[in-house]
Order: sequence, then C-alpha cells, then structure tokens
Amino acid sequence: MSKAGLLLKRTIPTLAGTVAAALLLAGCGGATVNQAAAAGASGTPCGTVNVALNAWVGYTANAAVYSYIAQNKLGCTVVQKDLSEQISWQGFGSGEVDVILENWGHEDLAKQYITDQKVAVDAGPTGNEGHIGWYVPPWMVQKYPDILDSKNLNKYASLFATSESGGKGQVLDGDPAFVTNDEALVKNLGLDYKVVFSGSEAALIQSFRTAEKNKTPLLGYFYEPQWFLSEVPLKKVSLPAYTPGCDADAEKVACDYPDYKLNKVMAKKFADSGSPAAKLLKAFSWTNADQNSVATDIQGGMKPDAAAKKWVDAHPDVVAAWLK
Amino acid sequence: MSTLVRDRAPVQTGLVSVRAPRKRLSRRTLLLGGAGVVWLVGFLFLHGTATLTLPASELTDLHRSLNQFNAWVASNRADNPVFQYVFTPLRAAVDAVANLFIGVFAASTTGLRLPEIGWLGTVALLSWIALAVGNARVALLTAAAFVFFGLQGLFTEAAYTFALVLTAVLFTLALGIPLGVLAGVYGRVAKVITPVLDFMQTLPTFVYLAPLALIFLIGPASAVIATVIYAAPPVIRLTAHGIRCIPENTREASDSLGTTGWQRLVTLQLPLARRTIVMGINQSTMAALSMVTIAALIAAPGLGQVVIRALQSLDVGTAVNAGLSIVLLAIVLDRVTTAASRRAEPGANRRRRISRRMRYILLAVSFLVVLVTVQLSRTMLWAAAFPKDLNIGPAFVSGVSSASEWLQTNLYLFTVSFREAVTNGILNPFQSLLTETPFYLLVAVIVVAAFALGGWKLAAVTATCLAVIIYLGLWSDAMVTLAGTLVATAVVMVLGVIFGVAMGRSDKVDQLMRPMLDAGQTMPAFVYLVPFLGLFGATRFTAIIAGIIYAAPVAIKITADGIAAISPTVMEAAVSSGSTPWQVITKVQLPMARQSLALAANQGLIYVLAMVVVGALVGAGGLGYDVVAGFVQSSLFGKGLAAGLAIVFLGILLDRMTQAAAANPVRKVPSAKSPAH
Repeated sequence: MSKAGLLLKRTIPTLAGTVAAALLLAGCGGATVNQAAAAGASGTPCGTVNVALNAWVGYTANAAVYSYIAQNKLGCTVVQKDLSEQISWQGFGSGEVDVILENWGHEDLAKQYITDQKVAVDAGPTGNEGHIGWYVPPWMVQKYPDILDSKNLNKYASLFATSESGGKGQVLDGDPAFVTNDEALVKNLGLDYKVVFSGSEAALIQSFRTAEKNKTPLLGYFYEPQWFLSEVPLKKVSLPAYTPGCDADAEKVACDYPDYKLNKVMAKKFADSGSPAAKLLKAFSWTNADQNSVATDIQGGMKPDAAAKKWVDAHPDVVAAWLK
Repeated sequence: MSTLVRDRAPVQTGLVSVRAPRKRLSRRTLLLGGAGVVWLVGFLFLHGTATLTLPASELTDLHRSLNQFNAWVASNRADNPVFQYVFTPLRAAVDAVANLFIGVFAASTTGLRLPEIGWLGTVALLSWIALAVGNARVALLTAAAFVFFGLQGLFTEAAYTFALVLTAVLFTLALGIPLGVLAGVYGRVAKVITPVLDFMQTLPTFVYLAPLALIFLIGPASAVIATVIYAAPPVIRLTAHGIRCIPENTREASDSLGTTGWQRLVTLQLPLARRTIVMGINQSTMAALSMVTIAALIAAPGLGQVVIRALQSLDVGTAVNAGLSIVLLAIVLDRVTTAASRRAEPGANRRRRISRRMRYILLAVSFLVVLVTVQLSRTMLWAAAFPKDLNIGPAFVSGVSSASEWLQTNLYLFTVSFREAVTNGILNPFQSLLTETPFYLLVAVIVVAAFALGGWKLAAVTATCLAVIIYLGLWSDAMVTLAGTLVATAVVMVLGVIFGVAMGRSDKVDQLMRPMLDAGQTMPAFVYLVPFLGLFGATRFTAIIAGIIYAAPVAIKITADGIAAISPTVMEAAVSSGSTPWQVITKVQLPMARQSLALAANQGLIYVLAMVVVGALVGAGGLGYDVVAGFVQSSLFGKGLAAGLAIVFLGILLDRMTQAAAANPVRKVPSAKSPAH
C-alpha cells in the first residue's frame, strides 16, 4: 500500500506547494512590475498587434517599418509570427493574426475570408507593384540573346539540366508556399522542364548569385520588388501574355503571372477596434525603392528594427502623413 | 522526428539458427530471384510505359473531392452543431490551459508582456520541481540549462516552448493513462486500440497539421492538440504493456485473496507498472517537445519559430543557437523524467542516502527560497526579464555563421561533387528503376516477393497496400519516396553494422557512443537540417542525410544489443578454435545476431519513413513534397491529405515485409516467430 501511494505522495507536496505559492503571490498583491510598467507606459488605447511574417525580405521590410512605428510612435505591443502565406489567413478567424502586410493576389482566400466568412477586411494597397516570373542571370542573355522568349526555352533545356531534374531542364522555384503556377506552366506550355523547389527565398538568391559569379546556367522563379535585383540585374523571360481570367483554373494555366497590386489585409475585429495601429495600417503606403532600401539594409546584416529606424528617421514627412 | 515505441518483446538471440531444410530455402530464394529477374527484364523492355505519373500541379477527382473538405469546414464553422458543441468548446478549453501556462512562464497578455513568474522565479521553481520528483543532480541541470537559455538570448522563446510542452503533456497523460489502463486490463480494448496507435505513429505529422489547423484554426490550441495526437501513443502503449506484463503468479496470489477488479488495479497493477508508466511519460514528453517545435508552422510560439525563420533565411548561426536550446531542453526533460522513473522503481526507497524525513525538511526549506525568488521576479525588473547585457547569443550566432560560411566556401567543391556522385551514381538509377518500370509489373514483383517472405497472408496485405496507393493517384510519387527511403535505410544498416559491432564487442566504445546516440535521438529533426542545407543545398541528397541521422541511432543500438547478447561461451569457443576477429565477426557474431539485424532494418525503415515529410522541407520530392505543398497551398490540400495516407500504407507495407523477412525461415518452429506488436 505504501508503494501504491508513493507516487501520489510525491506529487501531492509538489501540487500543494504550487498552490501555496500561487496563493502567496495573490496575497502579496497585484503590484507586479509587469502591471506597474503597463500603467506607466500607457496613455494610448493601442493594445497588442499580431503581425504575420511571411518568408521574403520585402515582406520583412514592410513588417519592420510598420512594427517600428506602431511600437515607438503609438506605444503598441507588436507580436510577429513567422507563418506561410495561406496559413496566415487562417489566423484572422482565430485572432492569431491581425495584420498581413504584403498580400500577393490570393483571390480565393480573399473570397473565403473577406467576402464569405467576414473575418478580414482589405486595408488598401501598399503602393508596391509586384511581378512574378522566370528569370535568368544576365550573363546568359549576352551569350544566348534569344533565351528570353519562352518559345525558345526547349532549345536550351539540356543547358539547365541538373542531377535533380531527371534529364529535363530545371526551373528552380522557391518556397512551396509562394504563389506559383510553374508546374502547370511547364506542362501546359509543353516545356521539357521540371520544377525543383529550393525551399526559400534565401536559397533562390544564393543560387542566382552563384550562377552569375561562376557563369553557370540557371532558370528560376523570382519576383519584384526585390533588393537583390540591384545586386544582380536578373533578366525576365517573357511567357505568353497575361489576359484577365487566363489563370482561373490552377491546373490549366498557360500564361504569364498578372501584375499584382500588393495590398494589406487586416482582421475584421482589429479594424473595428479603433486601434491607432489599424489606422496606421490603412495609411501605410510606400514605393518599391523604399522597400528595397530597407530590405537591402536587412540583408546586409542590419536588424530589421534598426533598418526600419534608419528609414523612418530619413523619411519623417512620410511617416507623419501616415500618422495623421 | 518520432519515437516509435512499440512494446516488442526483446529479440530472442539464442541459438535459433537451426538451418532450414535445404529445399524450402531454395524455393524462397528462387521466388525472390525470379521476381528480381522479371523486374529487370521488364524494366529493360517496357521502361517508361504505364508509369502512372501525375504532374505535381495536377489533381485526380479524389483529390478534388478531398479539397471540398476545406470549403465544407469554412462554410459550416459558424452553425454546424459538431463545431458548436464539440470543436469550438474543445478549442476554448485547450486554449485556456495553454494561455494559463504561457502567461505564467513566457508572456502574459497584460502590460509589458512579462510573464507572471519572471525568469529568476521560473528557474528556481522548475529546479525545485526537478529536485522534488528527481534528485539534486537533475535540479542543478535544470537551473543551469534555463540560465543558459537566458544567456543565449532565448529565455522567452524557451519558456514558450516549455509552457506548450507542459500543456500538451498534461492533456496527453489525462487521455493516455486511462486509455493505457483500459487497454492493459481488457484485451479487447487493446485489440481495438493497437492498430489505431500504429496508424497514428506512421501518419506523418504534417498530414494532420493541415486539417487540424483548418478545424481548430492556427495558434497554441491547435499546436497542443496536434502534439497530444503525436505524443499519446507511447504512454498508452507503455501503460498497457506495464499492466499486462505483471507476472501471472503475482496476479493469482492477489486474486486468491479475493480482491475486486478495482482493488487489484489500485493495489497491484498500477504500483507494479509504475516504472513502465513513468517511462511512457518520458517518451511522450520527448515526443511532445519535438512536435511543439514543428507546430511553429501553425503559429505555435517558441523556439520552433526561430528555427523556421533560420531555415528560411539559411541562417546557420541562428539555427544552431536555437537548436542548442531545443537539445538542452530535451536533455533536461529526459533526465528529469528518467530520474523520476528511477525514484518510482520499487525498492528505490531503501537505496536513498538521506532519510525521508530529512528530505522533506530540505524540500520545505528550499521551497521557501523558491517563493522568495518568485516574489522577487514579480516585483523587480532585473528578475522578471532576463538582463539584456548578459546576452552571448549574437556573438555565438555570428561565430557559428562565419564558421559555416568558411566551410561552405572551402568545402563547396568537395560537398557538391560528393552529392553529385551519390545522386547520379546511386540514387538516380535506383529511382528510375522504381519509377519507370510499368506499375503492374512492379506490383506483381512486390507481391511475389511478399509471398516468398510471408506466404499468402502477407501477399494479400501487400497487394491491398499497393492498390490503395494506386487508388490515391500517387503511385509515381510513392516510388520516388520509396527509392529515397531504401537508399537511406541501406546506409543506416551499413552504419548500424559497423558501429553496432564495435559497440557490441567493446564496452568502452559502447560507453562512448551511447550518450551521443541518445543525443541524436532526442534532438528534434528540424534542428540539424539547416547546417546540412548549407553544405548540400535543397536536394534529395540532403533529405536522405536527414533520414539517416534520425534513423541510424536506433539501428546501431539494436545491432549493438544483439551482438552483446550472444553468449560468451560461443565466443570463447570461436576464439579458442583460432578464428581471427574478422572471422568471429562475419562467421559467428553477425549470423547469430541476424534477428537483431532484421529488427534494426525494420526500425530503420520506419524511422527513415517518418522523416520523409521533414526531408521534403529540404528538397525531397515524392510524397513528402505533396504533403508539404498540400499544407501551404489550399488548392493542393486534398492531394496532400492523400499523400499522407499513401505514406501510411507504404509504411505498413515496408513494416510487414521486413518483419516477415526477420522471422526465421523455418516458420513451423513457433519460438522463432518474429515478435508481434
């Protein structure tokens, strides 16, 4: 019997102790450093803002500047969460995500979460215009001038073959979570290529950098605005022109990506809360050059927060207009 | 990624190698050889036809109808009774508990988002708990580890992870122990539960992350629920095993005293099974930690988020820093629960150095100290948030980063040519052998092989598994996955034999290797991916390496145990008859440890398969990629779900076939049967 109770006997003092501690703490009063500080710092009705952080540096730049201003000018608490694009949208329903700072299209998700479920609202354009496409390093264009036409790609397929592409040419994609029609494009344009995923923006950039440096062939998915294009001016391959609706069926896409008017999205609850951070989000708008300058700083090793501070300090008028 | 605990009976490595009758063995060999020849000939003449390839962007009707689930959940969330009365309250309850612990240890929602108990109080409280359930050594380890998290600049992240693990383990035990007891007491319950547990453990974690996130939305609540699903099987299995393994005569002695069922459970079965149950708690805790890390993908806060960010930006320094925290946390949790299970051993009382009374006094006194530190950490800022000046994290990160950059630039030629050689020389030919053979031919070959290994029953199971994979529309992807898995398992077995023999032959090597293997097993898979990603890029090769690292420790341990279990008399005889060490190894030790080797191959395969999806994060194609893509792209949701199921059926197929191969060829001898699980 004593053995039977042993585990229990050991657990009970532990539990009792924890409870006693809790009681004692309650007895000691609520004047903790946590609450005291909160009372001191407040004065603004801004609470906590949950910002989804998607995995490309341009997005990080937007998020850094927005978070910096919300924290330092509005006194909000900003919580950044690393999430992939589509998963972020699911957070609007649960309250896990208040803000998406750079949305690339996603009409299906907009319909689901904004129109049908009414848990999110559009917070207006970021001022950036996005382009997705297939790019090659500049040295290839000099050597093979006609490579920029997708009709000629099959001619060069063997050039792009790697050990991963199974004898075909390789189209290097990024994160599987990114917006991409590349698998369908390869098939529907009858290209002798295979899409291979590098897994991240960082891996794409590294591959393009190596390709240009060592003059090795590479065809890959890339996008603008993008700081890296000022380091290596990649050349875009022209795919069959985009016409409205040509990408409606994901399996049958055979045309280029549309021009994306990048926008911000926020949770309905957050928008209705009257938080100054929601107002700031609606006003937030800047140029591709702005984003690239912050992104370049971050990529150069600066902390996102420091890069944001540098940009904010250099552009007081823009920030003042956002905060009006 | 997973700790697939199956309560297998220990392998019998007696002198069971009674040679099979010549005729029977040759029939098996004949069948296997014939199947191989048919395969090769078929490949030569028919390759490229009937490969059932499905391009990555294309879906079958089945996938499209699974996609509907997504839309159905979206439209029914608000008013379907299942959501109103089951899912939503469940989510709210789990969320409340998770937020309670997060608020206590990591960050409360009020004010500065400081926790209720600051870092100093957390360190003191957790060390005290380690002291109370374990001993002074693990208490010191706990304190040191948590202070180190602070020095790394990751205290808050580690506290988040800890809070989530704590929540998940509580729910796991509340669910797992009663279920385990039921399964242990009633054989019928065990019969129903065991296949479900098998299924849960073979199902890749990513597969249920997507539907769970859909139903329970992203956030700590879904993370905890996913973790419970992942962590519950070990404690259920071990609890049931502990209760079932109580010696018959002990039970009868108790029955003869006229105990009722409940009395028997409380006074006999639970106390005697206590140590096994605590071992189950240990296993579940480790599983919970590795899952909480992965759940960062559905917005679980903590160390996992840091690792994911590092993975996305190829930042080796940050990944190693956060990985170190995870490994340390794993070691702390492992050692504390192990110490607790030692303490739970019958007779542990008598071995104690200090009296129980003395111990209680010590605990009470130290608890007062804990209370003081907790109060301090609530009122003083320096004790609430870890001092920023004491942060060696950035220095460490940049140190590791520059070291890895140096390696990447200087080893680039070597790593790339090694990778290319393996990929072009072994992986690609083998993969095309599997993917380009017509599917009907390969199905026939595999079924014949299954028949040769395990008779009609196994052939039927195998045929069913293959039929399901074809029905799921993922045959070609499954073959890509199979190729990678088999190559990785082959390497695992080579490592298993080399290191297993070394460990089995020498206690010194064993003592040296075992802690490293333990560390390799406790380390969540995510952590070591980043350095390899840096060295080898996102390729199938990197994915195979990830699988090897994960599976090798298990194979090595099983082989070592098998070699060490060979009776010394046999060894003496071999040595005294003048055999060289090489002869002893090849002629005596390896043949006699044959069953262990087969078990090692079986477990190696299952472990490698468990890494398929994680491998897809670093460039593996096949089913793993389908699962990952289905998780992040809603148009591929159904395909991802189907791919997850395909992995399960591939797992069942490989498990059953290797088990049959492990069984002694003389199937008539009952003692030589492979232990069922």
